[in-house]
Amino acid sequence: MNPMSDLSASLPLAHPELLLVGFALGAAMIGAWFKDKAFHALSILGVTAIAGAGVLAMYGPFAPVEIFQGALVVDGVAVFAKVLIGFAGAATLALGADHFGRTGDKRFEYPVLVALAVLGMFVMVSAQDLISLYVGVELQSLSAYVLAAWRRDDAHSSEAGLKYFVLSAISSGLLLFGSSFVYGFTGSIRFDAIAAAVNEGAGGVGLLFGLVLMLCALGFKMSAAPFHMWTPDVYEGAPTPVTAFFAAAPKVAAVALMARVLYEPFAGMEAQWQQVVMALAAISMVWGSIAALQQTNLKRLMAYSSIGNIGFALMGLAAGGEQGASSALIYMALYLPTNIGIFALILAMRREGEPAETVADLAGMAQKRPLMAALFTMLLFSIAGIPPFAGFIGKLLVFSAAVEGGLVWLAVLGGVAAVVSAAYYLRLIASIWFAPPAAQLQAPSGTIMVTAAAAAALSFPILVLMLGAVERWVDAAVRMSF
Amino acid sequence: MSEIVAGWPILSILTFLPAAGAVLILLSRMSARGLNPGYDNGVKLLTLFFTIATFVVSLFAFAAFDPSNPEFQLTENVPWAFGASYAMGVDTLAMSLVMLTTFLTPLCILASWVIEKQVSSYMVLFLLLETLMIGVFCAQDIILFYIFFEGGLIPMFILIGVWGGERRVYAAFKFFLYTLLGSLLMLVAIVAMVSMARAAGIENPFSIPALTDFAQAGGFSPQVQIWLWLAFFASFAVKMPMWPVHTWLPDAHVEAPTAASVVLAAILLKMGGYGFLRFSLPMFPDASHFFTPFVFALSVIAIVWASLVAFRQLDMKKLIAYSSVAHMGFVTMGIFSGNEQGIQGAIFQMLSHGIISGALFLCVGVVYDRMHTREIAFYGGLVNRMPVYAAIFLLFTMGNVGLPGTSGFPGEILTMVGAFQVNAWVAAGAALGVILSAAYALTLYRKVAFGVIENPKLDGIADLDAREWVTFIPLIVATLVMGLAPGYVLDFTQNSAEAISSAFLGARP
Repeated sequence: MNPMSDLSASLPLAHPELLLVGFALGAAMIGAWFKDKAFHALSILGVTAIAGAGVLAMYGPFAPVEIFQGALVVDGVAVFAKVLIGFAGAATLALGADHFGRTGDKRFEYPVLVALAVLGMFVMVSAQDLISLYVGVELQSLSAYVLAAWRRDDAHSSEAGLKYFVLSAISSGLLLFGSSFVYGFTGSIRFDAIAAAVNEGAGGVGLLFGLVLMLCALGFKMSAAPFHMWTPDVYEGAPTPVTAFFAAAPKVAAVALMARVLYEPFAGMEAQWQQVVMALAAISMVWGSIAALQQTNLKRLMAYSSIGNIGFALMGLAAGGEQGASSALIYMALYLPTNIGIFALILAMRREGEPAETVADLAGMAQKRPLMAALFTMLLFSIAGIPPFAGFIGKLLVFSAAVEGGLVWLAVLGGVAAVVSAAYYLRLIASIWFAPPAAQLQAPSGTIMVTAAAAAALSFPILVLMLGAVERWVDAAVRMSF
Repeated sequence: MSEIVAGWPILSILTFLPAAGAVLILLSRMSARGLNPGYDNGVKLLTLFFTIATFVVSLFAFAAFDPSNPEFQLTENVPWAFGASYAMGVDTLAMSLVMLTTFLTPLCILASWVIEKQVSSYMVLFLLLETLMIGVFCAQDIILFYIFFEGGLIPMFILIGVWGGERRVYAAFKFFLYTLLGSLLMLVAIVAMVSMARAAGIENPFSIPALTDFAQAGGFSPQVQIWLWLAFFASFAVKMPMWPVHTWLPDAHVEAPTAASVVLAAILLKMGGYGFLRFSLPMFPDASHFFTPFVFALSVIAIVWASLVAFRQLDMKKLIAYSSVAHMGFVTMGIFSGNEQGIQGAIFQMLSHGIISGALFLCVGVVYDRMHTREIAFYGGLVNRMPVYAAIFLLFTMGNVGLPGTSGFPGEILTMVGAFQVNAWVAAGAALGVILSAAYALTLYRKVAFGVIENPKLDGIADLDAREWVTFIPLIVATLVMGLAPGYVLDFTQNSAEAISSAFLGARP
């Protein structure tokens, strides 16, 4: 196809990405002119643009269509992931704008950077060759480094940004190194050509080496143990709204990208990658639950919680087959609102303008702020995987996928890890309900309460009752994509 | 009466009516800005109304239910996701336990009238707990069963932790984590069963009746059954609780508020027995045969050992908690004897223990509310100040011992008859437990009620008030009716016992 007709055929399918690019460039211009006075307007525009990108993505086709000369693809998995990323990005941007608006840290770059990071994730989940994969990952990561160091006069925040940058750069190096091996041994950067070469038996040890390096790098980006070391420090050091952002959308993008890498180019090497993914899943689940037991800072605790949860999603991927991929994606879809809700509530925990982010600060919330306490309790039980909440359904699905895929030991290990992790979620609930009240917290803002209430509603009545529809959507997406 | 409810989703109404009450209270709590002094009382009355309404609905369901029909009845089925569905239905076993639940919950609310701390939260949690408990017995889909089974932990955890005694936080954690570990192993087993049934082409692999048919047609090989049985056992044995995984029970009981103790002893423990009868025996008969000696051994140890431990307790609630462990030993023994008498006896014992142990906890609650201590040595000579209380306490103590004429007797004798046919030594060991139970129960009664009042603090203690009268009368009636005319209950549960027994005995090697 000649370049011009390819371009004109591609553009309609790239509407979500174009919207994000348009917003980011336009907002940067407006910001340069009006400086930080434009913060509120740009934030509102940004939330609209990112949510709008998510809505536009919904209209994409489920059957794969390659665009931009095969660099990107629009298919069911990409559509599903983009919808999730769009809504998660919009929700966390709204929380962040609300927060920075109150704390007086109103720099207009915030919505721009968030939009660019979301754009990076959109490219990640649509990547169809090694170059666009790398570009997507890097666009997301570079925006994230800046966001982590957002409070530049705060030592913790700067440390978080630097640590994230250095460690993440190493993993990007691994990703490139691995990609070069894959290219060298299969002769192509395109996923379909790699898949064909793999099926013809190309590669051998060199290709395996490349695959493992790539999986390690992706494991780093999704903070799977043992590549998780940056997570607790970055989560703790970064400003809370930024942490909320890190914990939500990028995880979905990373899991969707991992699924694509495993099931498209390397589908023929399932026996090899299954070992790696299984190990990542097992170590993440176990370490995520054990290491969290002793944490007192809520953000650190949530960092370990996200490591453990990624372990569960990886268990689904390790199981292989359509059921494996769809269970991992549904797991992320159910995990996402719960996680955003919890971070919204952590964000709400302030006392006299200072953040109050330890377990002890939760004490007696049930008596002082019953509504907040009720939402917190629901969300925590959901993330702990206790029925009837959405988190339980997610765990059930990955357990089923693992058992169907013959990985019963992994499912049993997951069960034990879930009990251990329940212990630390219960510690928070115990603090909320059982402890005598600590000093009164500030009243939470409306945005926070609406977000948390919506998340709680999604984690129980809505997603649980509508699960049939979600399941049919994801199943169709996975079946038609891979 | 059955015509009235024909075509209604009666079991769903029954299950979710308490939850509707909870939502109503939550809404009222959110709109009540400045709480007026009558608010708490209003919440209590509203809760009482909803629990009584639930009881009335359960009577309708009972009337619409045909006990001569061995099938699941009053069924409802709405497809949900990944092949599971919202399926409800009851057989006689489930129906009898549902009736027990709806009968006891209003009495628990009456007993909770003394609660003064965070009343609306307490009542909301209690109503949610009732929904989950009824749901466990009505669920016909294995995932739905698990959701209700496990969801019950949430309100119970908070009830123990907020309104409990001194070591309440420890007890709440222990209760939650113990039960969760058992349950998650069961969840993995459920997933494995469903996966096998689906591979064999079963149309609705999540449905409990379909899984039972599949299992009885030899769907699970004896080797696989062993593993599945163990995973289910991990959950039910903890719930029951069986020796040696019973240690959460005394802690949870002692620290829980009175009404939560009642619910715990009377209903939540029955979920273990219900699970054995619904899943272990009919679905894994070969493994159940294989493990029968093991369960018998644990049951006899539980009966004898828990009785001896009960004898040495200084705390009234702890004593009753250990006596529960002993009585649950009779239930497991009866279940795994596998014959009709044994299973009939086990079901009867579960119902009777629900009423009697519930009543005993209420008896402790009465004096605890007045004196704020459960120490046995604190009391003595109560018969002088509280003659009515002493009489009622005596009746339930006798029921606990298993005196003929009370509901405690038929269950114990039937489980022993059942066990005797399988293994005479087991029955002999259990009989020893009956003697020991008389020893500890009567000693407790003697120390608390008889003698002269030596503790000057007891001088002013008042006898039962009207609310407590109302709480106890239904329990007294139930104990005596079930004791004097056990045939009503036994005829009712006949069907289920026969079906379970034949499924089990049919697989005898």
